[in-house]
Amino acid sequence: MSDYETFLLDGRPVRFERGQTILEAALAAGHYIPNLCHHPEFKPHGSCKLCTIKVNGRYGSACTVKAMPGQEVSSDTPELNGNRRVLLQMLFVEGSHFCPGCEKSGNCALQALAYDLEMLTPHYAHFYPSRPLDASHPDVLIDFNRCIMCELCVRASREVDGKNVFALAGRGVASHVVVNSPSGKLADTDFALTDKAAHICPVGAILPKRVGFAVPIGSRTYDVDAISTLAERRATEEA
Amino acid sequence: MTKTGKAHETELDRVLDRNRRDRGRLVQILREAQAIEGWIPPETVTAIAQGLGMAIGEVESTLEFYSFFYRRPRGDYVVLFSDNITDRMLGNQAIFEHMARRFGVARGEVSPDGLVSLDFTSCTGLCDQGPAILVNGIAIPKMTLRRADQIHDLIRSKVPVSDWPKDLFEIDHNIRRADMLLGSDFMPGSALKAAIAMGPEAFLTEVKRSNLRGRGGAGFTTGVKWEAAKKAQADERFIVCNADEGEPGTFKDRVLLQFYPERVFEGMALAGFVTGARHGLVYLRGEYLYLLAPLEEKLAELRAGRLLGRAIQGVEGFDFDIEIHMGAGAYICGEETALIESLEGKAGRPRIRPPFPVVCGYRNKPTVVNNVETLCKVTEIALQGGAGYEGFGTKQSTGTKILSVSGDCERPGIYEYPFGVRVGQVLDDCGARSPKAVQISGPAGTCLGIREFGRRIAFEDVPTAGAFMVFGEHRDMFAVAHNFAHFFAHESCGFCTPCRVGTAIQAKIMDKIAAGHATQYEMNELQHLHDVMRTGSHCGLGQTAGGAIADTIGKFRDDYEQKLARKDFEPAFDLDAALARARAVTGRDDADSHMLDHA
Amino acid sequence: MFHVAPTTRKRKVRIATTSLSGCFGCHMSLLDIDERLLALAELVEFDRSPITDIKHCGPCDIAIVEGGVCNAENVHVLRELRANAKVLVALGACAVNGGLPAQRNHLDVGECLTRVYTHRSEGMKGSVPSDPELPLLLDKVHPINEVVRVDYFVPGCPPSGDAIWKYLTDLIDGRIPRLEHPMLRFD
Repeated sequence: MSDYETFLLDGRPVRFERGQTILEAALAAGHYIPNLCHHPEFKPHGSCKLCTIKVNGRYGSACTVKAMPGQEVSSDTPELNGNRRVLLQMLFVEGSHFCPGCEKSGNCALQALAYDLEMLTPHYAHFYPSRPLDASHPDVLIDFNRCIMCELCVRASREVDGKNVFALAGRGVASHVVVNSPSGKLADTDFALTDKAAHICPVGAILPKRVGFAVPIGSRTYDVDAISTLAERRATEEA
Repeated sequence: MTKTGKAHETELDRVLDRNRRDRGRLVQILREAQAIEGWIPPETVTAIAQGLGMAIGEVESTLEFYSFFYRRPRGDYVVLFSDNITDRMLGNQAIFEHMARRFGVARGEVSPDGLVSLDFTSCTGLCDQGPAILVNGIAIPKMTLRRADQIHDLIRSKVPVSDWPKDLFEIDHNIRRADMLLGSDFMPGSALKAAIAMGPEAFLTEVKRSNLRGRGGAGFTTGVKWEAAKKAQADERFIVCNADEGEPGTFKDRVLLQFYPERVFEGMALAGFVTGARHGLVYLRGEYLYLLAPLEEKLAELRAGRLLGRAIQGVEGFDFDIEIHMGAGAYICGEETALIESLEGKAGRPRIRPPFPVVCGYRNKPTVVNNVETLCKVTEIALQGGAGYEGFGTKQSTGTKILSVSGDCERPGIYEYPFGVRVGQVLDDCGARSPKAVQISGPAGTCLGIREFGRRIAFEDVPTAGAFMVFGEHRDMFAVAHNFAHFFAHESCGFCTPCRVGTAIQAKIMDKIAAGHATQYEMNELQHLHDVMRTGSHCGLGQTAGGAIADTIGKFRDDYEQKLARKDFEPAFDLDAALARARAVTGRDDADSHMLDHA
Repeated sequence: MFHVAPTTRKRKVRIATTSLSGCFGCHMSLLDIDERLLALAELVEFDRSPITDIKHCGPCDIAIVEGGVCNAENVHVLRELRANAKVLVALGACAVNGGLPAQRNHLDVGECLTRVYTHRSEGMKGSVPSDPELPLLLDKVHPINEVVRVDYFVPGCPPSGDAIWKYLTDLIDGRIPRLEHPMLRFD
């Protein structure tokens, strides 16, 4: 018996270690599968559904389905990419994503995925949410209108910072992130700029204050390289 | 109504103590805390968080998830109208408007004197005797304008709901066809006795031989589930009875809980006997609050009769007891992992599976979640053996199935049939004169048209959790799907993108069609949305949320087409209405300040 | 999808352009195609456009719309272009998703108007203008695809001259127009 096992991703064999999810194995092998709520340091979340794949003909989330020998996985297909584009469009219309006015532009995973999947229009009628901003904290600003409910800040604050500053409340489209303080304001928590949660937001919902255009638009991470190219390159470097 | 700070604090302390200051009981704590003032003020949230050692946001996360928890003051009388399509067909909207007019209060609002608040709520499980309402959580069926006036007067005179005439609350069982389960007498303890005589292993073999499959709709084999929980390595196991009968159009569990509770509880004890679980939990949907007291009484009775508690029937080591948890208005909690989250005091967001509950469920221990009806069926197997049971129904769907029949028929109610019964047979039996369609297993199920009435109720053909809603030839199937679209948008837990956003977009598109402002463009959009939700959603809710629309478009396209504008495209919003605010501020009313033509 | 013209065309492609609730930045970006403007002039002629100052649109092949829809006049202009063009292109962030003007959408338009026109400093008293000549504001600013059917979208604030050139020449030459990294940008 060989010391590794493989599954097939879009026809190519991918090696994996027992216990890895399909997404982990694919990323490690340098094969990009679009994802938003996934973060290598945290347990699978499975909420954004960008990584939806087909495993032996059945739909599943690459970030939660464990890799098994002999699986036939399809990911980079017109159907799945088309559905991913719709999911991105849903996130764009649900929130308020005005890229030209956002300091995260060029470093934003939502935007980068939209580039990668060639999303040219948000397509659906906009929801125009009116969620309040929280600028109470001296060092960090939160624009909840940009939140995509991935709960990375919730997870980072609980699991890494040990502070439990955020929680997801509400239901359905009324879902929203709340701040754990009697006032509901970030200033009344022990949140700090050095927290993991201050830097984990994949979009521009949580931003450090007084930082702007340190890197000019046009030279930022995903302006230079596509998010898929970057992920693939990272895998090669780590290998 | 506001109680003084001190009194409130004492009462809240009592609530926390009664619940052992266990954060796992947060849903129960919030329910009891809300009873103090009728809503949950911010100070209460803070106090609960402190009392349980939780973050405020964690309490809010649970609090904001459930429809029956209120963060703003409600009326002393909270009147909620069940808004399933069957309630609508029985005229609930006219009665709602009548009551709203009499109280002078708008939907979702509280009357200025704080006396009453009125709103709609998802199906309350009284479809065979609707329209139904809940008053301070207690169900009243068969609403009429006359009843609305009577209730109006009672509220105006501030009569406590407990003193209202008893006939208002009378709920019929409406059992129209009884078979194996509903038609047989049951002596409490007899099933346990038989199982004990067999021993747990042999009884499990019988359950497996019966090929009993879960009656909640998914149809997983009960014996296999029990065996998995039994074999899982753990020091503790749980049996959960899923009594969160939230699927609109389903009400058979309500009848079983009200009229056959000893069967349900004994089924749970049997599951405990086989798996070695010592704790049973009933998750009772909030809408069935009126069943709580009688069920608690029944539990006390069974304990007294040594059918629950320590050393059941004198068998040393066979300890099993049952606790009832109330839900608080969230359809998603019928999904077993969401239900477990709710039992643990959290928002009901479905977990990632695997691991499955039989391995890692309630408090991360092996947990069997069975439907109310399944648990009743287990008592039959104990009494007559797996082989005897197997003879009923079809090969893949053994035994009988209880259907909740409602809608356009002369005899709505409960019908028990052996599996394999044809849809047409049920329609004949319930007196459906000229049915156009049947929605089977609720909004998440299947819509069948006339040509499909020869199909059979069975896991291998038309599976069902029990709902059987009949629509007569005069019904508009678009209106049916429109009602369902709003139901799903309201009940989506919000965890995953396709369901959270997709159900909202879908409901808006259906509104646009209803308003006569949609075109073929929207018809295509609906189909595409359904594909994305079906293939990408985290759980069954999102996966099926577009199903009824797809079915009705496929089978009753005319009901949609006649509402479409004969145009290439219509704006996403009402242009003229969008100018109203500026018209008002500028005081203009000239021709250019309007945009009435949707050219 | 629509194709504007076969590759061996006899006549020039007729283009109309307009800026609704936008800043004309996208039109400026069009001029950024620099010397390729001369090549473009060989391929196209302009109908209604800020370039020609023609006020109303006649039948044309491509309508290019910059800006979102913020008032009643925007709606009329947009519909005129849609009715006359074979192909309608949304050019730039505002046309595609409302852009900067749509950042007012969480505010009440009535309150905005009152605040701007009546709450003046130094004792000046004003009133909200009510001249029928003035276009009336919609309560929210919308991307153009919420008002008319749109065939193609070129995002960017503004889209680069290269992106516009690529997209337009794809269209004119009958190819399915496509924008990829790094030409596809939202900022």
